[in-house]
Amino acid sequence: MTTNTVSAPAPRTPIQEFWHYFSSNKGAVAGLVFIVLICFMAVFADVVAPHSPSAQVRDALLLPPAWLDGGSWSYLLGTDDVGRDIFSRLIYGARLSLSVGAFAVTISLVIGILLGLVAGYFKGVVDICIMRLVDIMLAMPSLLLAIAIVAILGPSIFNAALAISLVSLPNYVRLTRAATMAEMSRDYVTSSRVLGASPLRLMFVCILPNCLAPLIVQATLGFSSAILDMAALGFLGLGAQPPTPEWGSMLADALQFVQRAWWVVTFPGLMILITVLAFNLMGDGLRDALDPKLKQ
Amino acid sequence: MSLLQLDNLSVTFGNFRAVDNISYKVEEGEVLGIVGESGSGKSVSSLSIMGLIDFPGKVSADQLTFDGQDLQAMPEKQRRKLTGSDIAMIFQDPMTSLNPCFSVGYQIMEALKTHQGGRKKVLKQRAIELLTQVGIPAPESRLDNYPHQLSGGMSQRVMIAMAIACNPRLLIADEPTTALDVTIQAQIIDLLIELQRKKKMGLVLITHDLALVAEVAHRVIVMYAGQIVESGPAAEVFRSPKHPYTQALLASLPESSSGKARLEALPGVVPGQYDRPQGCLLSPRCPYAQEQCHKVEPENQGPLDRQVKCHTPLDIEGRPAA
Amino acid sequence: MSTSQNNALILNAENLKQHYHVKQGMFKPDAVVKAVDGVSFTLEKGKTLAVVGESGCGKSTLGRMLTMIETPTEGQLAHLGQDLLTLSKNEQASLRQKIQIIFQNPYGSLNPRKKIGSILEEPLVINTKLSKGQRKEKALAMMAKVGLKEEHYDRYPHMFSGGQRQRIAIARGLMLDPNVIVADEPVSALDVSVQAQVLNLMMDLQQEFGLSYVFISHDLSVVEHIADDVMVMYLGKVVEQGSREQLFENPQHPYTLALLSSTPQLSPDKRRQRIKLEGELPSPLNPPSGCAFHGRCSYANDRCRSETPLLGKAEEGHFIACHAVEENRMKPLAVGVA
Repeated sequence: MTTNTVSAPAPRTPIQEFWHYFSSNKGAVAGLVFIVLICFMAVFADVVAPHSPSAQVRDALLLPPAWLDGGSWSYLLGTDDVGRDIFSRLIYGARLSLSVGAFAVTISLVIGILLGLVAGYFKGVVDICIMRLVDIMLAMPSLLLAIAIVAILGPSIFNAALAISLVSLPNYVRLTRAATMAEMSRDYVTSSRVLGASPLRLMFVCILPNCLAPLIVQATLGFSSAILDMAALGFLGLGAQPPTPEWGSMLADALQFVQRAWWVVTFPGLMILITVLAFNLMGDGLRDALDPKLKQ
Repeated sequence: MSLLQLDNLSVTFGNFRAVDNISYKVEEGEVLGIVGESGSGKSVSSLSIMGLIDFPGKVSADQLTFDGQDLQAMPEKQRRKLTGSDIAMIFQDPMTSLNPCFSVGYQIMEALKTHQGGRKKVLKQRAIELLTQVGIPAPESRLDNYPHQLSGGMSQRVMIAMAIACNPRLLIADEPTTALDVTIQAQIIDLLIELQRKKKMGLVLITHDLALVAEVAHRVIVMYAGQIVESGPAAEVFRSPKHPYTQALLASLPESSSGKARLEALPGVVPGQYDRPQGCLLSPRCPYAQEQCHKVEPENQGPLDRQVKCHTPLDIEGRPAA
Repeated sequence: MSTSQNNALILNAENLKQHYHVKQGMFKPDAVVKAVDGVSFTLEKGKTLAVVGESGCGKSTLGRMLTMIETPTEGQLAHLGQDLLTLSKNEQASLRQKIQIIFQNPYGSLNPRKKIGSILEEPLVINTKLSKGQRKEKALAMMAKVGLKEEHYDRYPHMFSGGQRQRIAIARGLMLDPNVIVADEPVSALDVSVQAQVLNLMMDLQQEFGLSYVFISHDLSVVEHIADDVMVMYLGKVVEQGSREQLFENPQHPYTLALLSSTPQLSPDKRRQRIKLEGELPSPLNPPSGCAFHGRCSYANDRCRSETPLLGKAEEGHFIACHAVEENRMKPLAVGVA
């Protein structure tokens, strides 16, 4: 073998390589930082939040943010119509939104991967049945479908999350199926078959890890749309029920005060916007880092 | 005056020298073979002549002239006009070199129109003529075909037709037959050589197939890791190679050994971006390497028409000079 | 081995056929593509059978049938006298280990998400009950055999060059002690000097383990070097079959002659008179009547256009499917540049 005179960089593991590409995308890193921050606040909400999210203070109704006239530093972003601290409610709301997002994405990811792998691996009749089902789901407006599901199951956070995960299912099924079919034709799958690997092993040990890249990206983007859908359902009163702090229902509850007290509407709205943006930025960064076609 | 002359041409990508100070020339009516393994810089050097190196690649040369015109100094527009009409190129994969959205006839006529202009009827006539020249049966019916309806050999013929459309004086063929079957390869090479003779073009044939070059080229250049290690008349280079690398390449061909004997394989691999050795680039793999080979990069030796980049060129019996 | 038959005979194929049905439209009948149409051969222990032909001649399909990736439409395939096609699933699985395959593209044949260690151990995980330590020991031993270093165990495939990947693929093929390796163009994606390394390795391993190879290739110079027996295929059919000496020193079929003359030769005195083949391979969807080669053959006559030639014995072990050879219509060709 050659003797190296110029020092070769140590071969990078896939994770190092991934970080190298990911960190070169500044927007993605910013998104990641914000998401980490939000996650931290959600986990330690009990410690971080200055007030209880449902404590109503009678003498501090519709208090403006601290930096405005009449504001108080005890209520950083002001209070709402029944005297609850908006800042604290946003922090507790993050807990809810993130866990709903995680729940919805996990459910749709697991079911989507299963259906997609089965459809892509077995092809034929199985494939046709699954894909037509998916096509039917795609033919309905997703929010309407979610509303319908919640209406049947009854309004609650859990049912709303379930509805959201069902609605976003088709994306994952299609993505997994396409990736599976592409990988199926590769030689390494054939050689595993020659070695006698069972269909289960082929699907989950051989093929699945190679399909994960686009799925991770889709899951990240799906997280943001789950948060958005949850907010929409909350806004319509089909998600979290009062007094649970949830960004969407916070918006809905305060709508009548928008003329008098802009902050009750603005901050939950901003929160939704920034969180969704952060997830989208990170998703883009992930796509760049995980998609080998974009690499040099 | 030579048709194409390059002096100390280098192509760098960041810190990596894909092509490292190469100099050669092509005469009119000559077939020059450039051989080398993958990563030897043989394709990159020809792309740089065509001006097809994109960012972050950088091309530098002491001299890069076509028919006495300086390609580096001329404005971009003029250079584009020159490459494509006077210098043409065909690529390895004929199936992806044609645009799948347009018919064959349309693509040939487009190429003709940009360089020569003319009315549609004249262009069509010329396109049929070209397809006849490259040996496509029933050319009129082929004009309306789309690339996916053609086989690999047919597509490569169409590519050649487009390349010779403007009567180029230099044709660069980058692995033109690698993607094709043996019998089709023979057809395409015969066609290229026939056209080259008829039109007195200069032909640069880039390939990894030593035997192919041995059969058709007048002169041959052997490249290794971005450098030219040996050049000279094809018959001579293949009969008595002077560079250990050329010798090793020839010895590693299955036809060089008889029966089921082991092949004389060169150990190791071509150095890449990070493991370029000091001194002679072949020194870690060379069976004859001495101390100075590991330290000092050798100069080109020998007469201009038979150069070798080695401290101890091999003699006629294939042994290194003292 | 439990068989009482001649031990030297490892693989025996008889009249193997693989026909695909291709849909042509709702109202048209399905077309039948005869990818492989009646191939018979025997393979002895420690020998190499080369299958030569151009793209679309069915040589890769043949390889896939031998490794039971595809089930033949017709024919018999026996390994050590045991018919592979009539076995139950379980018996097939155990016999499957004995016939392994190596692919052309070393970049596609290794799972990019797995380390070399687990790629090599996969066959053991699936087929044996060895412990983790035993598996690693076996993998490391095999890596040393094919010229890989111990530290490569924890690396991913993308860190290797094409030649090294092909070594890994060969090592994986050998993990289960197979008798037969089907090598589908194993060196055609490699550079000349690396190709020589891999060919050497394959020959060394053949000697060490007594392997038999089915070597599928389009490169006649490689085949001439490595093969004991050669089979030339054209459009799914064998046109000439014989020992290496018979085929390279006394080729008879016009297609074999054309293939040989189309292969570039380094030394001028080995070059043959170039036989120009007109046209291209016919579409397998719509094969010509009679002899499939008649459209490109300069010896073709009316009989060739209507009647399909059968594989006939020319001498011991040398078979040719050609009317022109049979009727002695061919002019002898001089070796050397015309």
